[in-house]
Amino acid sequence: MNFDFSEDQRLLQKTARDYLAEHAPLSLCREVLESDQRYASSLWKGAAELGWLGAAIPEEYGGAGFGHLELALIAEEVGRALAPIPFSSTVYLASEALQLAGTDAQKKTWLERISAGQAIAAMALTEGPGQDDVESVSARIEKGALHGVKQPVVDGDVADFAIVAARADTGMTLVLVDLGGAGVERESLESIDPSRSVARLRFDGAPAEVLGSEGGGEALAAKVLDRAAVLLAFEQLGAADRAFEITKDFTMNRYAFGRPIASFQALKHRLADLWCDVELARSNCYWGAWALENDEQDLEIAGCASRLAATSAFDLATVEMIQMHGGVGYTWEYDCHLFYRRAVFLAAQLGSAARWRDRLVTRLDARAA
Amino acid sequence: MDFNDTPQEAAFRAEARAWLDANAERLAPGETKRNALAESRLSDDEIAQAKAWQKKKAEAGWACITWPREYGGRGATPIENMLWQQEEANYRTPPNIFSIGIGMCGPTILAHGTPEQKEKWIPKLVSGEEVWCQLFSEPSAGSDLAGLRSSAVRDGDDWIINGQKIWTTGAQFCDWGVIVVRHDPGVAKHAGLTYFVVDMHDPGVEIRPITQINGGQGFNEVFFTDVRIPDAWRLDEIGNGWRVSLTTLMNERASIGAGGGESMVDELVQFAREAKRGDQRLIDDPAVRQRIADYYVRFKGVEFTGHRVKTALSRGALPGPEASLGKLVGAALMQDIAAFGMELQGTSGALMGEAPWQNSYLGIPGLRIAGGTDEVLRNIIAERVLGLPPEVRLDKQIAFKDVPSGPPSK
Repeated sequence: MNFDFSEDQRLLQKTARDYLAEHAPLSLCREVLESDQRYASSLWKGAAELGWLGAAIPEEYGGAGFGHLELALIAEEVGRALAPIPFSSTVYLASEALQLAGTDAQKKTWLERISAGQAIAAMALTEGPGQDDVESVSARIEKGALHGVKQPVVDGDVADFAIVAARADTGMTLVLVDLGGAGVERESLESIDPSRSVARLRFDGAPAEVLGSEGGGEALAAKVLDRAAVLLAFEQLGAADRAFEITKDFTMNRYAFGRPIASFQALKHRLADLWCDVELARSNCYWGAWALENDEQDLEIAGCASRLAATSAFDLATVEMIQMHGGVGYTWEYDCHLFYRRAVFLAAQLGSAARWRDRLVTRLDARAA
Repeated sequence: MDFNDTPQEAAFRAEARAWLDANAERLAPGETKRNALAESRLSDDEIAQAKAWQKKKAEAGWACITWPREYGGRGATPIENMLWQQEEANYRTPPNIFSIGIGMCGPTILAHGTPEQKEKWIPKLVSGEEVWCQLFSEPSAGSDLAGLRSSAVRDGDDWIINGQKIWTTGAQFCDWGVIVVRHDPGVAKHAGLTYFVVDMHDPGVEIRPITQINGGQGFNEVFFTDVRIPDAWRLDEIGNGWRVSLTTLMNERASIGAGGGESMVDELVQFAREAKRGDQRLIDDPAVRQRIADYYVRFKGVEFTGHRVKTALSRGALPGPEASLGKLVGAALMQDIAAFGMELQGTSGALMGEAPWQNSYLGIPGLRIAGGTDEVLRNIIAERVLGLPPEVRLDKQIAFKDVPSGPPSK
């Protein structure tokens, strides 16, 4: 039994953690959140230089060629730092979609640029409230021209290209669109977590090329989401772990009634429960990482499980974070709200927990048949 | 990252399996072993079979595999112990009435006993000739174990034991017990305890079964009336009883397995696929689906946390307080799943039926209490894993006799 990462992988993780501790303190997240910046470009550059953007991209396309276990650990650290960069859209979604279904030319064009930090990408599936992924797409792709409105698109206002869900005559299709080209209009939307940006994209005849097969968009989107679910779960895990640590330290140092508030069982037991939830998420995430690297069939289940466990752990961690901090936890000045916002943002990014639960049970049902 | 045995582990597993193949029958597919010890009074036949199986294991060196070789063990690591238990679980073997003796009493004697004491007790424990139990809890000392009140009074070279113990598994067929008692109520709580071995056949020992809410009778109350034991049966120094008890309890943690319930979620999915409300399968009801998903994810979290603990064992670590998570989360989760299963059964949920949930539901409350209540486990996690400050204590610095044991009298 070796259900853990290797020493080399842990070393890579530690390097990432150290780098982010120096270059992405929480003040960086706050700086983006409080300003008009859409992301921290210096950190993005650093991530490219360290090979994180191409961590799981093969060397022939300019990547570092590590693998998904390594990428998962980097994701955990990106999450822990609340790094304000378009990492998830570019790396877990677009890059994975290209690797799954891109032609050699598409991979050459975009994967190399992603690895080098020269292209940011976005994934545009939904079009409005109540939608989680591709269930109600009305955007259309006809003769290589894309029409429709996509929202909310994470990092859509800073991305160089997007992978967009649209209807073709043959059915739902994923298409690649250069967002710098004609027929594209973008508008930044107000994000609940302004350290991460969101946009509305309007396409009016924008040139687009099919990714994968025409009509095969639904199956491809599902596969991409399963893979991104695990990686984003690691981000949520890292952030939950950090929120927990900060909260624990606060309760140890905050005195009331003549003793540290961490000595009251009303808090001790909740901290113990929260620790359990974070550890359960960690275990599910490790399973997801293993499946991502080794077993596509298990990934259908493990991806959902990682995503759900990490979403609920991060959610609980941030709610408890504010509550256990008391009054100061509710101030703009303290960092609790950075975590609280990020938890909501990441929970929404790949579709709601309710949708992931439903997806999981559909697959359990099918497997039991 | 993989789920496979290391080459060393695989070799050990193969060796264990070969011996088991030669000496026991494999369970048939779908056949499960009942945890007879926890649920019922064993017959004389079953006890004789259990002793014979232990003797067989002892002769081949499989009786107490983590112990040193000089005491009949094979110096196995904790991970090898787990592999052995995994393998033995696949065979039709008698109820294990030696788990407390081998897992807790023996290691305590090895750690704190004199050469004479080891010589007297260890060989017959290993060979299965004598069975051991643990006498710690009392009616007024459960989670607060050090608050125990059974007394030992010195009388020449002997001690006279009086008092009551409770929740003693297997007391009715045991030959010896380890017992912690209070030799001095005039000193602070933990300092007044001393640890002994007691003869369970002494006429002053009375054993009464406890009937659990599920009707099972795995436990006993044990009453001690003027039971005289020689000072030579004392383990470690007078007043060191608490320290010796911690050795026993540490070994309890090491010997508690992963626990059952592996199939509960699968059974839930299966039932929801088969049962219908009108034309609709229950699993197609969104409310049912959401609940199943949550239970499944939590369940997998416990399972894979177990894999992480095993990985640590595999690397040579001892099971730490982190392992408390499995029981804390797992037991409550099983109770939730059982409750939901019964809910899915509609009005039939009130019947003791073929589905496992009713029996589980009646048994699980015990799991949430035995071996550390949920609340104690939360304290253990908070203090030992997370390093949070200990409880403010009102009972530690004063003589035990002055510690309040009830509301003040008016």
